Amino acid sequence: MSQANRLSQGGQIDRSKQINFTFNGLRYTGYEGDTLASALLANGVDIVNRSFKYSRPRGIVASNAAEPNAIVQLGSTEATQVPNVRATQQALYEGLSARSTNGWPNVNNDAMGLVGKLGGPMMGPGFYYKTFMAPASMWMTYEKFIRKAAGLGRAPNENDPDIYDHYNRHCDLLIIGAGPAGLAAALTAANSGARVIICDEQESFGGSLLETADPLNGKPASEWVSQVVEQLAANNDVLMLPRTTANGYHDHNFVTLHERRTEHLADKAPIAHQARSRMHHIRAKQVILATGAQERPVVYANNDVPGNMICSAVSAYIRRYAVVPGQKLVVTTGNDSGYQAALDWQAAGREVVAIVDCRANPDGDLVKQARQKGIRIIAGSAVFEAKGSKRVTGARVAAVDLNAFTLKGDVEDLGCDTIASSGGFSPVVHLAAHTGARPVWNEEAIGFVPGKVKGVIPVGGVDAIYPLNEVLQSGHQAAVQAIESCGYTLTPLELPKATGRVEGKAAALFQVPHLKSTSRAPKQFVDLQNDVTAAGIELATREGFESIEHVKRYTALGFGTDQGKLGNINGMAITARLLGRTIPETGTTVFRPNYTGITFGAIAGRHAGALFDPERYTAMHQWHLQRGAKFEDVGQWKRPWYFPIGNETMHEAVARECRAVREQVGILDASTLGKIDIQGKDSRDFLARVYTNKWAQLGLNKCRYGLMCKDDGMVMDDGVTTCLGDNHFLMTTTTGGAAGILEWLELWHQTEWPELEVYFNSVTDHWATMTITGPNARDLLSEITDIDLAKDSFKFMECREGMVANVPARVYRISFTGELTYEINVQANYAMHVWKALFEHEETYGLTPYGTETMHVLRAEKGFIIVGQDTDGSVTPEDLGMQWCVGYDKPFSWIGKRALSRPDTRRKDRKQLVGLLPSDPKVVLEEGAQIVFDPKQQVPMKMKGHVTSSYYSPTLGQGFALALVMGGAERMGETVFMPMADGTVYEAKIVSPIFLDPKGERQNV
Amino acid sequence: MFHIYCPYCGEHREENEFRPKGQAHIMRPKDPESCSDEEWADYLFFRDNPKGIHHEMWVHATGCRKFFNMTRDTVSYEILEVYKMGEQPKITAASRVVGGEK
Amino acid sequence: MSNVAVFDQNAGIGVLAESPLAHVSGVKGGHTPGVVIHEKAFLGYLTLRGNSADSSFCSGVEQALGMPLPTEPLSLHQNQQKGSSIQWLSPDEWLIVVQGGTEYETEMALRTELSSHFAVVNISGGQTLLTLSGSAAQDVLHKSTVYDVHPRNFPVGKAVATNFAKATAIIRRPSEGTWELIVRRSFADYCYRWLIDASQEFGVDYE
Repeated sequence: MSQANRLSQGGQIDRSKQINFTFNGLRYTGYEGDTLASALLANGVDIVNRSFKYSRPRGIVASNAAEPNAIVQLGSTEATQVPNVRATQQALYEGLSARSTNGWPNVNNDAMGLVGKLGGPMMGPGFYYKTFMAPASMWMTYEKFIRKAAGLGRAPNENDPDIYDHYNRHCDLLIIGAGPAGLAAALTAANSGARVIICDEQESFGGSLLETADPLNGKPASEWVSQVVEQLAANNDVLMLPRTTANGYHDHNFVTLHERRTEHLADKAPIAHQARSRMHHIRAKQVILATGAQERPVVYANNDVPGNMICSAVSAYIRRYAVVPGQKLVVTTGNDSGYQAALDWQAAGREVVAIVDCRANPDGDLVKQARQKGIRIIAGSAVFEAKGSKRVTGARVAAVDLNAFTLKGDVEDLGCDTIASSGGFSPVVHLAAHTGARPVWNEEAIGFVPGKVKGVIPVGGVDAIYPLNEVLQSGHQAAVQAIESCGYTLTPLELPKATGRVEGKAAALFQVPHLKSTSRAPKQFVDLQNDVTAAGIELATREGFESIEHVKRYTALGFGTDQGKLGNINGMAITARLLGRTIPETGTTVFRPNYTGITFGAIAGRHAGALFDPERYTAMHQWHLQRGAKFEDVGQWKRPWYFPIGNETMHEAVARECRAVREQVGILDASTLGKIDIQGKDSRDFLARVYTNKWAQLGLNKCRYGLMCKDDGMVMDDGVTTCLGDNHFLMTTTTGGAAGILEWLELWHQTEWPELEVYFNSVTDHWATMTITGPNARDLLSEITDIDLAKDSFKFMECREGMVANVPARVYRISFTGELTYEINVQANYAMHVWKALFEHEETYGLTPYGTETMHVLRAEKGFIIVGQDTDGSVTPEDLGMQWCVGYDKPFSWIGKRALSRPDTRRKDRKQLVGLLPSDPKVVLEEGAQIVFDPKQQVPMKMKGHVTSSYYSPTLGQGFALALVMGGAERMGETVFMPMADGTVYEAKIVSPIFLDPKGERQNV
Repeated sequence: MFHIYCPYCGEHREENEFRPKGQAHIMRPKDPESCSDEEWADYLFFRDNPKGIHHEMWVHATGCRKFFNMTRDTVSYEILEVYKMGEQPKITAASRVVGGEK
Repeated sequence: MSNVAVFDQNAGIGVLAESPLAHVSGVKGGHTPGVVIHEKAFLGYLTLRGNSADSSFCSGVEQALGMPLPTEPLSLHQNQQKGSSIQWLSPDEWLIVVQGGTEYETEMALRTELSSHFAVVNISGGQTLLTLSGSAAQDVLHKSTVYDVHPRNFPVGKAVATNFAKATAIIRRPSEGTWELIVRRSFADYCYRWLIDASQEFGVDYE
């Protein structure tokens, strides 16, 4: 029979809109306004899942984020699979398809359940560790099976078809939670001119007012909610975000809100370009925390059988969704609130068997109401065991002495199919704890309230304020405080009135004792999702785990997707009792983001795929693309790696490019190098302090290679700096070092030497650089420039200004290849024009574009280092054989100088830069290969250095490498060995790192 | 994500516009040559690690690119003050009694 | 030797210049796009450094540019007649934007008027300017930057340097209804693709 548990009237569902959905392959119907959970209950579905460890049948327990059992795998296609969705938070939509996450072959008949039944007694905490300890070699085999047997949902195998995005906002006031306290706050703050954001994790605003029996101003509370929502919607300064969970509270009132934009509509966002969900990043001046309090269940034997629920959930299903989840109800409670479930059940036309109250003399207003309605009340007692396996069939009741933790008197068996329990309320403090403020125990309320966080005001239920009038007041007061502190004025407001209710004092009811001891009684579940029982906690404390943090980790209490929402407080109370301590003494664990699980897509937003990271391009990028270049990532830059022609392999292309540079002329796009413009009368002085070498005598339009060290004496960066004027220099840095070096210069100037008159400005993007290099370079350039290129007019390491292809250019004669080289710099907007102008003479001179791979080979042949490749932050200038670059007698003790006279930096056996020629010319050593002197020594071998750069040289006709070797400078001619992981041992001879043209004649022609 | 007041821009900005640059008020010795190896190593490598008030440098990397100082509680992460490069802090460990509660 | 190299970088006739977004073609957003993006290419850009506490520096700049030097943080001054602007970036750094082709004469005018410790650098090849307008322009900014772009924090005449997606940008509000984004040349393609993506849900025209 379809929807047997649906009431014909009432609720906030729309009976005119029927919705079809499937669960575990079976078809059902529900209505718009249902959650998947309410629809399943309406259809009389008892078993929604099997538990994590013991595979016990489980039903729906709650009606909100705290639901531990109804965890489903959602999605009707592979690509739209979503694991671990709470059925209580999933709005029902047409065509929704969901499956239990556990249970094989199906939830009703599960094979693992047998294992749980038989092996259960042995599967206490630490079971896996204790049972599968030996042999250790078998663990990986066991692990495969354990992994299959346990677990929740699964990830999809296809790409997510949806998009997700981020939205950044600032506001004066963020109100988290749109129940009575939150709405009162929002109403107060609206019309003050303040920017207000109010969010709620549920589909609509109202919180507890949507399910409460308490009227406001004499009318149903939901009417007031509708009025308020209408008022707020009309206000431009107020942003309302339903379906939005505040999942993380971060430093200084930065809060992440996850808005589910289309999850209530379909598997996939129905409109193009619409994000399925959105992460709002909120920076709020003030935060009002109105997240309410969560009712917790009572712990008793077999409290996990389907049909055991919490009282407020029963009320919610009846009042909000017009669903009565059973026929005969027993309530077990220690407070007045639990009585409401019984009253709602009876008003819905079903039978209330009894209300079992652990208090001796309950007497509040709700108690009186229940008596008036003729409902049987059993005082001083509690349900200590549920009967049934796939559905509750009865409740075992007895008188209870909670202090002595024992049952008294006779047992009464009550026949029923639903047991609703209420152990009390736990403020939902999580967000206040995210930045480390520990929750504080409130004895009066028998619960933890938020610790103090600057800028956060807890109100209503989360601050353990429960009577409705007081809740409304607290929200209002907090808003007054928040808004006035932001400098706005408020318009007076009248809050609605709730009829006050007399409440009896609540009892501290956590676990109910059984006839048998806890360890022998049927399982009493504390954490339903992780199958943690009271006996498990007892075992943990017996084994010596006394800190609540240890108990939690040993038992897995509070792990999983529900993060202990129903179980944590009960778990702490039981631990406290076992250790003979108070709850505050036992303490509480601290919560961290996220409050509820977030799909990874929402965290990434649009920073995915092609937009994952910036790709930086030079002005000649389109030309490289058209020429078929293969690209390499250098930081965020895309640099041409090599330019293959036809079917060339990389090896072939690089060999061709190298030959072209050494024999004709090649061209490299070097625009990515950092360029810093330095102006000011103290420029020279400043350069002398940050570089190792001298600058005092560098003349106009002369270039000099400079080495930069950190103050520990280690090489940090290098580049060529040119004097453009007495007060004007152009510094270049490595591509990767550009931003860091600019900041380095600023650091020293701003914090140590502000008296020096010098300014640093980045011009990296302004200048495009094209490097032509090779014997034909001069002739090529002369085709398109008016600059006098004669050898004695424009010498090596000089700079000239002039026109190149009708564009003003600065040309530098510096060489990284060892050949005749001109680096042509033009304003980037003109660069493509100049580049193409050079290529008009391609045939004549054999102009060959080359990439970073060839660049690496050519410079290595000349022994030129690359900082970060041949150095690693532990290499000094002298280690590199670059004493010629170090000005020891400069007047200022430059950065790095002092550290170079420490005993460690003076050691003779430091790792020094050398060249290596493999004995086998076909071998190209692996970069990073470790070097040893004796290949036959015992493992672990003494490592004497490593290969830093290694290539095949078409010019040398063999592989060659640069390496750092201990005492390398004194070991010329020696043979060293590189043992590899696969057992091969390579041999190479230590040689000078300059393999070609040692006198540097070719760059000087 | 910290909310940091830049004393040059005159407004609060998000933490990802800044970079932390280590302990503040470390002066490079004026005469490094007269420092012993131990003194030089101390300047290079040794830093305070207090539980509580810490004075540290930050740079407004993607904003005004200026360096400034911050007094921050390393336990609560509360930023107590920011002050320009070259200035001294008003709040110090000595001048403020830090509350016991985290 | 002269103190500072000054170099007119304007190309001669017949030189085809390419802006950082020369490679992207127009995008059409249907009848009523919520976002309109346009590249104002080939403007001139100069970095100005100096000491604003020095009154001769301030007056010199005003003489050269025809508008006062902004000393208020995050402010933008405009010279409507010349189509130029000057923006505060830090206590000693300003960004000057001028009509394309006039950067050299502007630099020379500054060098003529200023004497004490200052610096001027032509950075025209290094960035481009995108205008952002339309009913959803502010939404697009909310999706792109953590900076507070609500009118209450970002009145007309404000200009900031901040983060933009995973890059950086200068965001300015020269007038009601139009935003300007100045992005570095090498990040222009990424910023453009990010903007188009963020604008899709509102409908976007790229001109």
